[in-house]
Amino acid sequence: MSGTNGRRVAIIAGCRTPFAKAGTALKDVSAVDLAKHAARELLVRTELDPKLVEQVIFGQVIPSVLAPNVAREVSLLPQFPKNIPAYSLNRACASSNQAIADGHDQITLGHADVVLAGGTEALSDVPILHSRRFAAILVEASKARSLGKRLGILARTRPRDLVPVTPAIAEPSTGESMGQAAEKMAKENGITREAQDEFTLRSHRGAAAGTKDGRLTAEIAPFFVPPRYEETLASDNGIRGDSTLEQLAQLKPVFDRRYGSVTAANASPLTDGASAVLLMSEEKAHALGLEPLAFIRSYAVAAVDPGEQLLMGPAFAVPKALERAGLTLKDMALVEMHEAFAAQVLSNIQAFESKTFAREKLGRSEPVGQVDRDTLNVMGGSIAIGHPFGATGGRITTTLANEMKRRDVQFGLISVCAQGGMGFAMVLERR
Amino acid sequence: MGALSVAREGDVAVVTFDLPGESVNKFSRKVKDEFAKTMTALRADQGVKAVVIISGKPDGFIAGADITEFVAAKTEDEFRKLAREGQQFLDALEAFPVPIVVAIHGACVGGGLEISLACHWRVATNHPKTILGQPEVQIGIIPGAGGCNRLPRLIGLRPALDMILTGKNIRAEKAFRMGLVDELVAPPILRSAALAAAARLARQVIPPRRPRGSWLLDRSALGRGFVISQARKMTVGKTGGHYPAPIAALEAVAYGLAHGTKRGLVHEADLFAQMAMTDVSRRLVEIFFAATNLKKDAGVPAPAPDPRRIERLGVLGAGFMGAGIAVTAADQAGVSVRMKDADLTRVGKGLKAVADVIGERVKRRSLTRLEGGKKLALVSGGVDYRGFLRADLVIEAVFEDVEVKRNVLREVEAVTCPGTVFASNTSTIPIARIAEASQRPEAVIGMHFFSPVHRMPLLEVIPSAKTAPETIVTAVAFGRRMGKTVIVVKDRPGFFINRILAPYMVEAGHLLKEGVAIEDLDRAMVRWGFPVGPVTLLDEVGLDVAVKVGGVMREALGERVTPAISLEALVASGRLGRKNGRGLFRYEKGKKAGVDPEVYSVLGVPGGGGTVKDTVSVTERLSLAMLNEAARALEEGVIRSPRDGDIGAIFGIGFPPFRGGPFRALDALGAGAAVAKLELLAARHGDRFAPAGSLVDLAKRNARFH
Repeated sequence: MSGTNGRRVAIIAGCRTPFAKAGTALKDVSAVDLAKHAARELLVRTELDPKLVEQVIFGQVIPSVLAPNVAREVSLLPQFPKNIPAYSLNRACASSNQAIADGHDQITLGHADVVLAGGTEALSDVPILHSRRFAAILVEASKARSLGKRLGILARTRPRDLVPVTPAIAEPSTGESMGQAAEKMAKENGITREAQDEFTLRSHRGAAAGTKDGRLTAEIAPFFVPPRYEETLASDNGIRGDSTLEQLAQLKPVFDRRYGSVTAANASPLTDGASAVLLMSEEKAHALGLEPLAFIRSYAVAAVDPGEQLLMGPAFAVPKALERAGLTLKDMALVEMHEAFAAQVLSNIQAFESKTFAREKLGRSEPVGQVDRDTLNVMGGSIAIGHPFGATGGRITTTLANEMKRRDVQFGLISVCAQGGMGFAMVLERR
Repeated sequence: MGALSVAREGDVAVVTFDLPGESVNKFSRKVKDEFAKTMTALRADQGVKAVVIISGKPDGFIAGADITEFVAAKTEDEFRKLAREGQQFLDALEAFPVPIVVAIHGACVGGGLEISLACHWRVATNHPKTILGQPEVQIGIIPGAGGCNRLPRLIGLRPALDMILTGKNIRAEKAFRMGLVDELVAPPILRSAALAAAARLARQVIPPRRPRGSWLLDRSALGRGFVISQARKMTVGKTGGHYPAPIAALEAVAYGLAHGTKRGLVHEADLFAQMAMTDVSRRLVEIFFAATNLKKDAGVPAPAPDPRRIERLGVLGAGFMGAGIAVTAADQAGVSVRMKDADLTRVGKGLKAVADVIGERVKRRSLTRLEGGKKLALVSGGVDYRGFLRADLVIEAVFEDVEVKRNVLREVEAVTCPGTVFASNTSTIPIARIAEASQRPEAVIGMHFFSPVHRMPLLEVIPSAKTAPETIVTAVAFGRRMGKTVIVVKDRPGFFINRILAPYMVEAGHLLKEGVAIEDLDRAMVRWGFPVGPVTLLDEVGLDVAVKVGGVMREALGERVTPAISLEALVASGRLGRKNGRGLFRYEKGKKAGVDPEVYSVLGVPGGGGTVKDTVSVTERLSLAMLNEAARALEEGVIRSPRDGDIGAIFGIGFPPFRGGPFRALDALGAGAAVAKLELLAARHGDRFAPAGSLVDLAKRNARFH
C-alpha cells in the first residue's frame, strides 16, 4: 500500500442518509431504499457520470431475506447502466469499512478505477423468523400432494411453534450479548460509570455542534419520508446536545442492574441509515479533474477470542494498520473511533496507552500511543449519532476525510470494533 | 412481391404475413385477394391438416385495415362493398375445412383482430407490445368485418361492448383472462406453440369454449336488452349526441345477437357504410392523419438537425407544474430527473405529487408495483443546484415573473454545461425577454405545458428569434418522448392556446355581464362539444392565473380583449377557482357543487344573472370569438399551419374533435358565411368581432383553409 503495492486510492466524497433511531422516522423504509438514497444522492453531489462506476460493494449485517444482495439493488438504480457488478458483504459492524477496503483493493489491483462502496441497515426492519419446527412443517406442507395431506401436516403445529424468533445482538459462539460484553470490559478494565457518562456527554456535544454548524449535516442527504413526504429528515434524530451528566447519572444500568455501569445512554442506539463513499484511482480522479478529500494509506483487520474481551479488536487492528502505513499514533492528526459503547472506546484507548498490554498482547516494548482527546471523534460518534451496523463505517470514513480536508492535516485514523471479536483500522492521508 | 409466404411443417401450413416495404402489416383489398388465393390453394392440398397464420414483422401482428384505401372510397355503396368483401373473406376463413391457428405478437387491432376472431384458435405472446382492440369508433366508424358480431359471441356482450364502444386496447394477459385469446405464451415459443396447437387441433375437435359472462346479463334476451339500453344511455351521455359511431356499433351488436350472424353481418356492413359517410368520421380521420403527420414533424424546416439526446433533466420549482413535468418525464421518457425548489418542504411536496401520479398508475394497474418503483427512483429533489451539472435539459416552472425567471436562467447557465438547453414553462412571458438574460440565447426556448401535465396531451414549443434549430428539434423530440403532441408556435403573447382562449373568455364575460346565467354559458358550449364550458374552465385554470394572462393579452391585443367583468374583484373576494375550493362555482370535498350565487353581485351583474336566455347567440358569439382569433393567429404566423392550429385546439383545450378544429370548423361554415356573421356581430356588439383579415381574404377568393 501507500503507493508501494499498487495504485493509490482516493476518497472523492461520501454521503449518507440521516441516522434515525430504530422505530422512529425511517421505520417504514427498507434497508435497500436507504442504500439507494445514499448512493443516488452521492451521484448527484459528485455530479459523476454514473456510467463510470465499475463496481458497487455494500455492507449489511442483518440482510433482508427478500433482497440479500443489497449492493446489486443499488447498482440497479435506474440512474446506473445495468451492467455494474455488485456484491454485499458482512464484516459485522465494520461492514462498510470492509466495503471501502475491498473497493480499495479492487482499484489497487487495477480491476477497477471507480468503485461505489457503502453500507446500510434498517434495524426497524429486521427479519422475524418462524421457529425451526414450524418452518419445517411449512416446507413439508408445501410439498404435499393433496389438500388432505397438507392439512394433516399443518395440524402437527403446536402453539409454541408459532412463537417468532427475533435475531438477538449476541455472539453465536458464546451467547454473550454486546451489552454484557461491554459490561464485562468496564469491570475488567476499571472503566467507571462517570468516565462512561462523561464520554457520552462529549459524544452528544460534539455531534450537536457538528449539526449546528453544518459540518455534520453537510454529509447528510435529507430524506423525504414516503408515502406522505411531509416529514423531511435532514439530520440525525438521536443527538441530545442539551443532556447533562446529572440526567445521564440517573439512568439504571441495563445489563447488570446492581453493579453494572452500561446504560441505554452510554451505548450506541439501534439505528436505521445508510452511507455511501465514492472511491477512485488517483489517476482517474486526476483525469476527471476531481479533488480527492483524502487517500487510503493502509488498513488492517484483527480478531480476538470472543470469549475474552469481545470488543477489543481495535487494540490489535490499529497497531497493525499503523505499522503498514509506516506511521505511529502520534502522526495521526485526527482519530475517528466507532463508539459501540463508551466502555468499549475507553477500554481500547486504555489498551493503546498501556505498556503492559503492548508487552503482553502485542509483543511490543512500547505502547501504541496516546489518543489526544481534542482530535478524537471531533463531531461526536455512534453513541450520539447512532449506529446502523452496516452503515457506520461509511459515515466515519466520510467524516474523517472531510475533517482532514477542512483542517488540512496529513494523517487520520479510523478504528471500528465488530462482532466476533474483530477490529478494523484504516489510515487516511491527505496528500 | 407478395405479402404472404407459405411454409410446410409436417402437415401444418404456416402462412407468414409480411407486407413488403412497410414497418407494420396492414390489411388491404390486395392483401385480402392474395390471402384468398393462398387459402384456396391450401384447401386443395389434401396434405394440409391445419394452418397457422403468423406475422413476419418483429413487433406487430396486423395494425388494422389500410386507412388510405378507406379514405379513397367515396360513396356509401363503395364502403358497404368494402365491408361485405372483408366479411365474405373472413366467413370463408371461419368455414375453412381444417383448423386455423393465429399466432399473435404485437398490435392486433381493428381488421387484425377481426381476422383473428374468424380463426379457430388464438395464441398470443405475453409481451407488453401485444395488444388487442377494435379502435374503429375513434375514427367515427364501427368494426365492419364481423367484429360487431364475432366479438360478443366469443367474449360475452358486456366485455365486447366495453371494447367496441370505447376503442380501448386490451393487454395480452387481460385478453387471455377474457377468453379473447386461447393460449398465452412467451414470445420466443410463439411459432412452436402455434404449430403444436395446430397439430393438436388437426387430430381432435376444438374443445367447446366456456360461455363468457353471466347467463342473465350476457345471454338471456331480457338481460341483453337491459345491458344494451343501459349502454345506449351511457354512450349518449358521454358523446353528447355528437358521435354517432358508438351508437351505431351498439345497434350492430344488438341486431346481430337478436337476428343471427348472417343477417347481423349484412346490417353491420350497412351501418359501417353509413358511419363512414358521416362528417364526424371525415373529421376524425383528418385529425388522425394530421396528428400522425405532426409526429413526423421535426419542428423546423428540412433539413432538420438531429435532436440532442436527453438523459438527465433538471426541473426548477417543485410546485404542481414542476412536479407534473418531472413525473411525466420520468414516467414517459424514462429520464433521470432532479427537482430543485427553495426549501425541503416544497421539495417534499413535489416528490409527493410525483409519487401520487405513479401511485395512481399502479393502482389502476397500468404499471406494476416494481415498474412504479423504478420510475419513482428516477426522480429526486434538493434545494441546491447539485445534480444539474450534467443535465441535458433544464425546464423551469418557477413563479411567473420575468425577473425571477431571468435569475434562475442565469443561475442555471452558471452551473450547467454549454450544451444544456434551458426551457421556460411560461404561459405569459415572451421567451425573448427571458432570453435577454442569457449568455447562450440560442439554447433558450419555451416549453408550455398544460396542467395537469401528466394528463394534458398538448405541448407548445416556443422558440425565440435567437433560438437555434437544434434547440427547437431537441425540445420537440423530448416533448414527444414525454408523450405529448407538440406544436411549434411563435413567441407572441399567449402563444396559440391562450391567444384563442382570451377573446373566448372575454366574450363569456360580456355574456355574463349582459345577464346570461353561468350554467347556461357552460351548458351552451358543452352542447357545442367542448368537454367543459368557459366558466368551469376559468375555475380550473385559476382566477389569479386568468387575471395575469388576461393582463398580458390585453396589453398585446388591446381593445378586443378588454374584459367586461372584473376577475380581480373575484380574486379579492378570496376566489381562486377549484384550487382553493372557491371560484365561480362552489366546491364541496373537491367536487363542483353549483354556481356560487354571490358571484353575480361581486361582479355587479344587474338582476343577479339568468335574465337573458338566448343560447343560440351565446354559442355563436363564443365560438366565433375563438375561431376569428385562430384566423388572426394564423395570419400573424403564430402557428405554422391550419393543421397545427386544429390539433393544438383539440389537444390543448378539448375543442370538439368532431368539428375537426377551428380551421376545419371555419371551412365547414364557409369563410363567406363566417365573415357575414362576424360583421353582424360587430355591428351589434362592437369592433371586437371585426373579421380577421385572412378570413375576409378567403371569403373574397371563395377559398378554404384546408
